Amino acid sequence: MEYFIQQLINGVTLGSIYGLIAIGYTMVYGIIGMINFAHGDIFMVGAFVSLIIFVALGLAGVTFVPLAFAIVLIVAIVITSVYGWTVERLAYRPLRGSFRLAPLISAIGMSIFLQNFVQLAQGARVKPMPPMITGGFTFLEGSDFSITLSWMQIIIVSLTVVLMAGFALLIARTPLGRAQRACEQDRTMAALLGVNVDRTISLTFVMGAALAAVAGMMFLLYYGVIDFYIGFLAGIKAFTAAVLGGIGSLPGAMLGGLLIGLIETFWSAYFTIEYKDVAAFSILVLALIFRPYGLLGKPEIEKV
Amino acid sequence: MNATGKHALLTVEHLTMRFGGLLAINDVSFTAWQKEITAIIGPNGAGKTTVFNCLTGFYQPTVGRLALTPPDSGRLFLLERMEGFRIAQQAHVARTFQNIRLFPAMSVLENLVVAQHNELMRASAWTLAGLFGLKRYRTAEKKAVERASYWLEQTGLIELANTSAGSLPYGDQRRLEIARAMCTQPVLLCLDEPAAGLNPKESAELNELLLRIRDDHGIGILLIEHDMSVVMEISDHIIVLDYGCKISDGDPEFIRNDPRVIRAYLGEDEDAETAAATAGDND
Amino acid sequence: MSEVQTRPRVEIAALLKESVVAALVALGLTVVMVGMKTVDQPGGLGLEYRWNWVAAAVASVFIGRFLFALWRETRPRHAAERGPSRQQRMLTSGGDFIRKFGLWFSLFALGFAIAMPFLGGPFSTRYFIDVATYVTIYIMLGWGLNIVVGLAGLLDLGYVAFYAVGAYAYALLSTHFGLSFWVVLPLAGMMAASFGMMLGFPVLRLRGDYLAIVTLGFGEIIRIILLNWYELTGGPDGISGIPRPSFFGLDFSRRVPENGDTFHTFFGLDYSSMHRIIFLYYLILALALITNWFTLRVRKLPIGRAWEALREDEIACRSLGINPTNTKLTAFSIGAMFGGFAGSFFATRQGFISPESFTFIESAVILAIVVLGGLGSQIGVVVASVVLIGGTELFRGLEEYRMLTFGALMVAIMVWKPRGLFSFRRPTVILEGKKIVGSQAGEGSG
Repeated sequence: MEYFIQQLINGVTLGSIYGLIAIGYTMVYGIIGMINFAHGDIFMVGAFVSLIIFVALGLAGVTFVPLAFAIVLIVAIVITSVYGWTVERLAYRPLRGSFRLAPLISAIGMSIFLQNFVQLAQGARVKPMPPMITGGFTFLEGSDFSITLSWMQIIIVSLTVVLMAGFALLIARTPLGRAQRACEQDRTMAALLGVNVDRTISLTFVMGAALAAVAGMMFLLYYGVIDFYIGFLAGIKAFTAAVLGGIGSLPGAMLGGLLIGLIETFWSAYFTIEYKDVAAFSILVLALIFRPYGLLGKPEIEKV
Repeated sequence: MNATGKHALLTVEHLTMRFGGLLAINDVSFTAWQKEITAIIGPNGAGKTTVFNCLTGFYQPTVGRLALTPPDSGRLFLLERMEGFRIAQQAHVARTFQNIRLFPAMSVLENLVVAQHNELMRASAWTLAGLFGLKRYRTAEKKAVERASYWLEQTGLIELANTSAGSLPYGDQRRLEIARAMCTQPVLLCLDEPAAGLNPKESAELNELLLRIRDDHGIGILLIEHDMSVVMEISDHIIVLDYGCKISDGDPEFIRNDPRVIRAYLGEDEDAETAAATAGDND
Repeated sequence: MSEVQTRPRVEIAALLKESVVAALVALGLTVVMVGMKTVDQPGGLGLEYRWNWVAAAVASVFIGRFLFALWRETRPRHAAERGPSRQQRMLTSGGDFIRKFGLWFSLFALGFAIAMPFLGGPFSTRYFIDVATYVTIYIMLGWGLNIVVGLAGLLDLGYVAFYAVGAYAYALLSTHFGLSFWVVLPLAGMMAASFGMMLGFPVLRLRGDYLAIVTLGFGEIIRIILLNWYELTGGPDGISGIPRPSFFGLDFSRRVPENGDTFHTFFGLDYSSMHRIIFLYYLILALALITNWFTLRVRKLPIGRAWEALREDEIACRSLGINPTNTKLTAFSIGAMFGGFAGSFFATRQGFISPESFTFIESAVILAIVVLGGLGSQIGVVVASVVLIGGTELFRGLEEYRMLTFGALMVAIMVWKPRGLFSFRRPTVILEGKKIVGSQAGEGSG
């Protein structure tokens, strides 16, 4: 039982990270109807930027953890957003209205490029990072097993909840959110009504990248190691989360993220850790076969 | 209207289509006859294209029976129970699309040969005979090209046979789509706004083509059209939809004078109603 | 685009502003990621600063953007003045070249490929033939994937999985059961094809981008299984001692068996290690040519036309009575089959395989070959393989920039020439006596 609760806590933490990345997939899909294959790599860039700034702050003697945390958060969000914006501007915008496979291939190209760019710029080796925020609560101390809830896990989950709430408000209440929803419905009509479609799409990418940056930072702090390849797997899993929850739906992305995090954690805990990635992919395939519009999504009506 | 001796090709009964909360078609029933042109008209959003999508298997109707009985075969196809591509393959219902759907990178002739896919697949023994160039396949392909040429002649596109479909002008693309549909040898041809975007001359040519298809090939045509000159001139039978409901059904003369139709097109105001009434009286 | 006859005055200030914005973006992209490099140090990570690199990147983006903007503002405004339109351009250059000289080029390339080992000079060296063999494997994989991506328009990001299935099928069947290459080759192809079918059946009904990500995941699953199923695959250690193929039963060994012949004794030649190298080269060349023959042939058959039609418009296909799922499934599994053949060859040539050889990067390289060559273009695949694979062999020192360049090229090609550098499509059936007008006009269509 204790073991189960511990895995539940771990799963929710992991799921929060996947959920944040999944929002990026789901928003971009909602607005331009395509999968941003480079999104996983944007997340990886976010993790790297966080790492570099942490190291730089450490060298500069900033030891007050909340301050360092805040600075890293802001810098990572800003820099990663620039990446998100650039990716959209270079690899997607010129291809609107091009033939069907073109944006997909261009996105794959962008993903390969980003991975290798970071590998060249920062080296191929795994980057370790000493734990910054340690400690936590230990409760239900049993003789053989006790449950710990670390500060890091609390921070990850609460930050995710805050960001999600903020995001939901942003989409529901602000002119930007309205413009986004308008573009989702009908891009041509939105443009005729004076919505700057290009800008709205750019901002969607920027917002997705900002959330991916937060996810990247949390991933770095939680696991303590990153390399240029983390975006690949995390990207596929977050995408699975987005599909499972219903692509295009924000709460769906979060729900899907939690489910994938939980499934992966429990699978590792109770079955085999080697095949945990296989579990995630199998869920993707099963979800696509049996419920391609996801748990919270609406079935797509084919336009003929 | 329902004179004996005519063959009821398609019988639609109680067709209803609901998308979530939206009732796109509400209990529509009608019959389309062989060797006749049946037009479906109505204001925008009346559910005309949805009827087509139900007939050709793109949508699964919520309620309704769509029975197709090809002449001389004695068979009955319940279209609402068939998977999309099988409706074209087995029941031989062909259609065109409101926003043209050709294979733009392929040549005009190839577009028409693709339309004869199932027949050629059989002739090529599912590729094996074709792979080794057996005579049986070569003969079948020659026949397919001949049929394609016939329809290119009919639509006046023969000179453009080896041109890529995507580079044709708009009017030619519309006619090519009809030629392509005819190459599937349909018993029922569904045309979704074939005259949209055509100039008067092209429109007149289209009328001739459709009449020729009806008279020479003896098939039924179902037509969605906004252009009243086309509809009134060539239709044998008109069905009027408004907000998903059938409001009128009859020959062009009857429809022209039906007050419900006039009201649907001109709006609900008093003047229109009186105008309709007077028009009806004059008849 | 304005229709003003006179060229408007170039507003340098606006151009400068635009360039400054671009430079700022470049600064944002590089200042952390390039400017500060994390390095391993005793006691944790340290930083190495490279501000000069950042400065160089920002300066080149600024100048590049400025020159681009200047060119954009000063070029002729009128379509007529500007020369061929985008669509016309797509028809010319590479495509035009293929149309005019494609046949001659193919014949020349084929002749060269066949005669190569006997041309003497550098061409007959072991190194050159090894590189040629390596390039030909990719040509074959490219042609195989071209069926799936180029003809049927299905984006398969896990093609390497089928390559792996073929390779492990041969490695396992030959090491455990002693089956010969010629027996396993068709089996490996069939196994790969059935894997393709198993994967394809549930997902081919879905939208194209779902298929892409599922195939990506599938490639990863196969690799993870190969890595972890130690008892069967040897895990990360791989399988070694895979038997070499024989020449219709004649081995290429120096030692002559008691009662039998080897290749060199049978033909009365002196033993040379080159015999096997050359034989392997011809083997893959033959396999690749079979793939090519199949593709060229099948394009003119109803199934091939249906593939292309599906790529162009699936909804129209359904309205014509074409079964989309089955048609896609054949393309997918036939492509997989050729991947399986190539995999078996790879295993027998290397004599050793491990999951290392079947990463996503391989799939990406094969896709890059197909995309850069021009989707659906057979000659394009050859040119792209020679340039991308042969080129990186020649410039070994630049190995680490290889994937970076591939990625950037894929984006650039899609933006500039979405149907590839060498795209020219000849109709598969022609009505005699009518003019043939090229076919890249479909670029803008969904």
